[in-house]
Amino acid sequence: MIENRRTQIIQNSIIHLIFIIFSLICIIPLVVIASISFSNEGNLNTYGYTLIPKVFTISAYKFVFGNPGQIISAYWISIARTVVGTFLSLFVISLLAFPMSRSDFKFRKSLSFYVFFTMLFNGGLVPWYILITKYLDMKNTFFVLFAPFLVIPWFVLLLRSFFKQIPMSLYESAKIDGASEYTVYYRILLPLAKPALATVGLFICLNYWNDWWLPLLYIDVDRLVPLPAMLSRMMSNITYLTTQTTNTFMTIDVSNLPKESARMAMCLLAAGPMLFIFPFFQKYFVRGLTAGSLKG
Amino acid sequence: MKILVKQSKYTFTSNLQMLIMVAPAVIILFIFNYIPMAGIIIAFKDFRANLGFIKSPWVGFKNFEFFFKSQDAWRITRNTIGYNAAFIILGLIISIAFALMLNEIKSKKTLKFYQTVFFFPYFLSWVVVGYALYAFLNMEHGVLNTVLRWFGLEGKSWYTNYKYWPGILISVNLWKTIGYFSVIYYAGLMGIDKQLFEAARIDGANKLQIIMKISIPMISPLIVLLVILQIGRIFYADFGLFYYLPRNIGILYGATDVIDTYVFRALRVTGNIGMASAANFYQSIMGFCLVLVSNLIVKKINNDYALF
Repeated sequence: MIENRRTQIIQNSIIHLIFIIFSLICIIPLVVIASISFSNEGNLNTYGYTLIPKVFTISAYKFVFGNPGQIISAYWISIARTVVGTFLSLFVISLLAFPMSRSDFKFRKSLSFYVFFTMLFNGGLVPWYILITKYLDMKNTFFVLFAPFLVIPWFVLLLRSFFKQIPMSLYESAKIDGASEYTVYYRILLPLAKPALATVGLFICLNYWNDWWLPLLYIDVDRLVPLPAMLSRMMSNITYLTTQTTNTFMTIDVSNLPKESARMAMCLLAAGPMLFIFPFFQKYFVRGLTAGSLKG
Repeated sequence: MKILVKQSKYTFTSNLQMLIMVAPAVIILFIFNYIPMAGIIIAFKDFRANLGFIKSPWVGFKNFEFFFKSQDAWRITRNTIGYNAAFIILGLIISIAFALMLNEIKSKKTLKFYQTVFFFPYFLSWVVVGYALYAFLNMEHGVLNTVLRWFGLEGKSWYTNYKYWPGILISVNLWKTIGYFSVIYYAGLMGIDKQLFEAARIDGANKLQIIMKISIPMISPLIVLLVILQIGRIFYADFGLFYYLPRNIGILYGATDVIDTYVFRALRVTGNIGMASAANFYQSIMGFCLVLVSNLIVKKINNDYALF
């Protein structure tokens, strides 16, 4: 018995050791980014990047915010596309998922197939790109920053599985009282499904906030560039500059370029909002993940 | 009789109303998903922007000839499938191991702490991860080279040597996704009836036996489901990972170029739409076949596990 207890303790310590190491690996990259953003440029050049800044300074942030225009507009675009996109998307896919969750809806099966099929097969980048730029003429519009991601099949199926848990009898009793499907959706489903909508909404929100794909493809003008895309542009600028300065043998060394700390400050500003809110909503995330992975 | 008529009329209006409700989403899916599906035949055309999609002349298999005769086809296929296979296998082993270990932790608070922290990387955009990696691998100031110098070793030039990159890409991808998958598997483990474990323990089963005979078999439907979904997407690479981490550096393409980055470059940078559309067609069709085949195999093994 004592022997057993000892192995138990050893085993638990090993587990915690592994988990603590992995936890550190998860956090350290962000700590390094933060540390660089709070360091001054000179120290970075002499001491390299460190986990704790040698001299704590907010000059990088001053620089970023003192140079408004770009970053402020990027923040606005990011916020605007996330808010507009999330609400529109939630509205459209809840309208879709509601009938899909109803056993008395005649086209339920064919509709599910219609949605599900897009997960199995897709046309790929080239036709999608040509369609949006040539035929829909959406290049460099605010619209293109959210429209193509409005209906993501995975989120539809997730929402449908949540809606299925709401008992049909609630709808029926309302309809006996003469309510239309629209009233049922608005008065019964939406209030009851608030946690589900919050869960899926959070996923959609994260998706829009972190997205660089749409702006990378479809936005060329500065005034419509959201945060992650702005970071992405700065990155290709570094590469561009280094390939220019060293022509034959390429060594990536940006130490002579200024504003490394400002870049990392922007990184933190881009990642910040999501990292800040997510621990509060973690419960919802986990619920969404587990519901989504169940069949049905 | 009257009631019946009323009933059918009522279901008719109700169905009609529901059809109207689904219309916006159906239209959006049609535009952004179904039209491009038909659009993959662009691979058989010599697309010219001024002529448009319909009027561009047919060229048969010419685009494919160019694509498959170039060395790129083999390289990007090998990279895409190789990396994805590594992600699937290593990801599966590590995340299940993590889930099993999470399951051993009794304290709710500790458990929540670990889950939150493991989830951290999942919330970061690939662009941000690219920057973080750069802070580690930068030749002169990078954290990794500084650490190497502490041990008296020479700092390495990570961004110019492609032999480092398979290791880097695999580790970073695992780092980002392990939290996500282990939480899913952990939830699966939580769903197992506790009495099964009790019974096994009373019968004198040790921990390893419990894991192998109860835990793993009980979550195998979940494992199979997630693995099929991943195999179905084995021809699709995570663009951000392969684009932002190696910073689109040409010298690394041998180890970092995948179908998605190749198509993107051919489309946006070099403007070679013929090559891009051939690679695109190849990816779509192969991807679809793989979904069908993997589903068929699973169906053969156990019908309940199949997706459709």
